[in-house]
Amino acid sequence: MAASSIPLPASEPLGASPWIPVPFRVEERASETADTITITLTPPKGIPSRPFRPGQFNMLYAFGVGEAAISIAGDPDRPETLVHTIRSAGPVSAALSGAAPGSTVGVRGPYGTGWPLASASGKDVVLVAGGLGLPPLRPALYEMLRHRDRYGRIEVIYGARTPKDLVYYRQIQEWRGRSDLRFQTTVDAAGREWYGDVGLVTARVPDLRIDPSHTVAFLCGPEIMMKFTAQALAAKGVPDGSIYVSLERNMKCGVGLCGHCQLGPDFVCRDGPVFRYQDVRRFLSVREL
Amino acid sequence: MTAPPPASVLRLADHKFFEGMIGGLPERLQAVATERAYSVGDMLVREGDVADRFILVFEGKVALEIVLPDRPRVTIQTLGGGEVLGWSWLLPPPQWWLDARAVKRTRTLEINAAKLRATLDSHPEDGYRFLLHLFPVVAQRLDHTRLQLMDLHGR
Repeated sequence: MAASSIPLPASEPLGASPWIPVPFRVEERASETADTITITLTPPKGIPSRPFRPGQFNMLYAFGVGEAAISIAGDPDRPETLVHTIRSAGPVSAALSGAAPGSTVGVRGPYGTGWPLASASGKDVVLVAGGLGLPPLRPALYEMLRHRDRYGRIEVIYGARTPKDLVYYRQIQEWRGRSDLRFQTTVDAAGREWYGDVGLVTARVPDLRIDPSHTVAFLCGPEIMMKFTAQALAAKGVPDGSIYVSLERNMKCGVGLCGHCQLGPDFVCRDGPVFRYQDVRRFLSVREL
Repeated sequence: MTAPPPASVLRLADHKFFEGMIGGLPERLQAVATERAYSVGDMLVREGDVADRFILVFEGKVALEIVLPDRPRVTIQTLGGGEVLGWSWLLPPPQWWLDARAVKRTRTLEINAAKLRATLDSHPEDGYRFLLHLFPVVAQRLDHTRLQLMDLHGR
């Protein structure tokens, strides 16, 4: 996976083409769970940093293995580094997860739309994350906490299968200690070592301390989780038009040309991955889509 | 209406379960309700014991645990303030099917099950209203169990 062996076209400066991955250096690699890691990447000398919007993703290339769309999980105010949290689930993500400090990962991006933070200004905000849905929401949380006065109450519900599947564990403890943020974690099942909540994220929705009619909700996680969470939020009184979801599809080109990630009239890579729930709800009910 | 026991500072009428219930039932049941406090680790009920009371959680957190042979016990749900422990006390044979353990300091009001059943039997209108409040709890737990079976965070 050494970047130095990758031939690059001399006709285009590095980073100018959306098709050619730029070799970023892996600066740090931190273990989150048994199968999930977080890597911090820096660009090669002479290549500018890559500002991104919360909710956007990069195409990460494990040289010689393949490419995968991975959400950006870092702080938008620190674009000089790219932070990605990756679960080893297939050959590409396994190769990316194994990238050691000092090695190289190809980066194309950032791509996609991102969370509509402007629409949340002046309102209560609910973030609901399931499993590895927290990394794509973390940049939005960084941004909201940096501009805390722009928002009303901020409520976060983070659910995972077991306590061992929770990512950013130490940071969650810091967030839970803040008085200007309510961060709830819950797991589907646990042993006696867990003193937190057990139950689904949907079960926490009725107790949200929000003004539902003036609330914007951002959901990220398995689609089945988002579907039922959206239903629970609607039952709470949050308008459908104020609920946004981040979708995951088989993204290849990242710029809306190849069609692999088409969802109805949209391409998830270009028009998403964040969509208003009411615009995509009908597709989430299509059998075997 | 019977006055609540002098020692009690919790009132059934203040619990979310009884919210909106007409007919004065919580006030009348207050006399057969006992306030209890549990420290972390205390057992509220044990699987197999007689379900002799209806437990309303006011504060704290209670873990519902399943005991599995040859495996560590599993917490399948936690209950907090405003929630009720279950309905085992209503169905024959009245027996707890789970362990319930305090994982935070917890305060409850617990209604004597025999007296509660007798009250609901002798006052069918109250019984109907009570079940209208209990049934959503049952339905919600069923919904959540179905979702848990779907393994929302499965890979």
